[in-house]
Amino acid sequence: MADLSFVRSEMLPERAPPANEVGIVKWLRTNLFSTWPNALLTVAAFYVIYLVLAGVLPWLFGGVWTTSSLSECREVLQGDVGGCFSVLTERWNQLIYGFKYPTELYWRPNLALVLLAFAAAPVLFFDLPRKLLLFTAIYPFIAYWLVWGGPIGVPVTAFVGILGAYLVFERFSASNFALGALGGVATAFVLWFIGGYLVDMMASENPLLTPVASRDLGGFMLNLMLGVTCVSLSIPLGIALALGRQSSMPLIKGVCVIFIEFIRGVPLITLLFVASVMLAYFFPPDATVDLFLRVVIMITLFSSAYIAEVIRGGLAALPKGQYEAADSLGLDYPQAMRFIILPQALKISIPGIVNVAVGLFKDTTLVSVISMFDLVGMIRGPILASQEWNGVYWELLGFAALLFFVVCYGISQYSQWLERRLRTDHR
Amino acid sequence: MYHMTSMTDPHRGQFRLSMLFNDTRYRSLTYQAIAAIVLALAIWYLGNNLLQNLRTAGLNISFGFLGDPAGYDISQRLVEYDSQSSHARAAIVGILNTLLVSFLACVTATIFGVIAGVLRLSNNWLVSKLMSVYVEIFRNIPVLIWIIIIFTIMTAVMPAPRAFRGDTPEATMLLDMFAFTNRGVYTPGPYFTAPFFANPFLNWVLVLAVLAGSLFATRRVAHWATGVQEQSGVRPTTWYFTLGLWVVPVGLLLLVMGLAWEIPELKGFNFKGGIKIGGALIALWFALSIYTGAFIAENVRAGIQAISKGQTEAAGALGLRPRRTMNLVVLPQALRVIIPPLISHYLNITKNSSLAIAVGYADVTATLGGITLNQTGRAIECVLLLMAFYLTISLLISVGMNFYNKSVKLKER
Repeated sequence: MADLSFVRSEMLPERAPPANEVGIVKWLRTNLFSTWPNALLTVAAFYVIYLVLAGVLPWLFGGVWTTSSLSECREVLQGDVGGCFSVLTERWNQLIYGFKYPTELYWRPNLALVLLAFAAAPVLFFDLPRKLLLFTAIYPFIAYWLVWGGPIGVPVTAFVGILGAYLVFERFSASNFALGALGGVATAFVLWFIGGYLVDMMASENPLLTPVASRDLGGFMLNLMLGVTCVSLSIPLGIALALGRQSSMPLIKGVCVIFIEFIRGVPLITLLFVASVMLAYFFPPDATVDLFLRVVIMITLFSSAYIAEVIRGGLAALPKGQYEAADSLGLDYPQAMRFIILPQALKISIPGIVNVAVGLFKDTTLVSVISMFDLVGMIRGPILASQEWNGVYWELLGFAALLFFVVCYGISQYSQWLERRLRTDHR
Repeated sequence: MYHMTSMTDPHRGQFRLSMLFNDTRYRSLTYQAIAAIVLALAIWYLGNNLLQNLRTAGLNISFGFLGDPAGYDISQRLVEYDSQSSHARAAIVGILNTLLVSFLACVTATIFGVIAGVLRLSNNWLVSKLMSVYVEIFRNIPVLIWIIIIFTIMTAVMPAPRAFRGDTPEATMLLDMFAFTNRGVYTPGPYFTAPFFANPFLNWVLVLAVLAGSLFATRRVAHWATGVQEQSGVRPTTWYFTLGLWVVPVGLLLLVMGLAWEIPELKGFNFKGGIKIGGALIALWFALSIYTGAFIAENVRAGIQAISKGQTEAAGALGLRPRRTMNLVVLPQALRVIIPPLISHYLNITKNSSLAIAVGYADVTATLGGITLNQTGRAIECVLLLMAFYLTISLLISVGMNFYNKSVKLKER
């Protein structure tokens, strides 16, 4: 009787997987065509992409870059599809700097922008040497002097005042925080008062940098300046408001709550109306506060309320043990906040703060409504109204959209990177 | 300084001035007193400046101007208004327009956001990538630019009404009912041939009331079905009954009142009849919808992802079908995460609708804060009223939100 049993004595070689389970076919099957509705969706999506590209690409690549008016563009194009991008090259300076900033002084805002990169770097990237923060501290004064020009005494006085305040605060705050804070503020005012006299006395006819008036600022530069200034000013204010809202003192808490809820309840546009038509009534009769400063004040107040809410979230997210630990170490309130609570709460709040910053930067376009000539204001005002470029909508609006997209997307990518970096829990 | 001891509790020893800063019993009072003084000084300073400036400018604070004739026309209006109406009337027209565009934008933004958020989680790679491109593009470009872009499409790209004329017109109406022109979109408008009330508004209220009755009745039916299910374990089939309750009463009413549609027609140089939706309204509506929709999509995605997979699996283990798992397990939990940010986006839409002024839509910012302010020069009064309006809306919405949050809060023991 033949032995029918079979025992395999050697290993079979591995066989290749079926053709539709490997490589691109498998990927297509699982990701694009897994079910019938999915396949239909894929086809629809491809059609949408085709439509968009078919509309945009010929326009983009058939574009004209070197003419000096829309009618010339039309002559060159001869009815072909193509954008008239010459408006961007011809009006580049107006789009970026506004139409009144003196052409020969463009190097000054450019230099300020380059220096901004150096000043912002140590704030944005923690690995850089901490000494670089010294440059960050003096940057605002350099930038002010570069953009506005005028006597160098003004930024120097402002800087000396702040420096004096800081030194006094450091000297006394260890023993008594309130004394340090009040002394610092008093020192700053005294120094500014003296400095004001000195600047007036020494003001020369020909300052080193030609002064430029605020109303001459414009274009994308104005958006950037408003965004950077207001965000950096509103962070300290936002921290103060958030702490005030958490305070156990009813008066301080009440004031902070009312302020925050009021600001968050009204649109930014109404606050800009306040800046343009109403705020002047609240200054002393002989003071002339220019529109730029009034707008900076209102936008700063606006964003500080939002930042305060973000930081309040961060404060609330800290476990109660952290507060109790600080108390049990014998730290008083300012010390506990400075060394224990705020460093952790701010770290949690960074993504939220960056979101507020992005939103605020986008909102700087609203100043075009109160007839300031930022990028959008320049496009809708002088450029589209001009005889040469009347009707070049898509090139200009697309350019504005692209600029904002690049900046805002960049910031949000940075925020996500930072969130990953700061994640100290073990996952 | 020893005379101040009388202020303190005599049993606790001598009072020294430094105790105002160092003793926890007095410190907070001291700080609050300082804060109160600073606040009062600031208010006095600002108020004093205000009064002085007003006196030099020969102005006063008075709201009497609201009763004066406004003297300007508003083409987009929901209530009766002409140039002889008062400024207050113009403000009300503006308020209604704000509420109209906010409501429309909230509805469409939710639809866009939910679709994009769900599709972003789709296992179709291409679709989910497309949706993230949509979200990133629309979130990172200012809404003002979107409003202007869509307004430009509405005014510069759409054909003029005269393009619809002639035997071989350059433009044709969609389905012979909708006309997209650079002056706005014309759609068929419903009207009644045998209305119950002379005022058309009341007829529509009647229709809404019938629909509300249907809603109530269907709720009762669902309640009854649940009762039966709890008794017997089998849920009676009710969908045809529910459908009937929705369709029959309102259908009968519309039939009796003789619902008819007025189709827009080209007469002379413009379309007449039907409903005209201005280009500015459409620009604002659509721009706010796609912009906020991108934010809502992110919330929806986060909300759905926040529900752990174990919940779905547990529901499956209990024998629930996928649809019931979605309705009874996943959605109630996801909505708890989605709805609070959704409501704050609704608030943002309402506030962003103030950008109407950039495209000339007559919302409250454009009427009260724009033309009325410029004509009367009553800057302070107008801006205050404007802020009061927006503040009221946002307070109402946050009251609603708190109410909702309380009702869905986890019931913990």
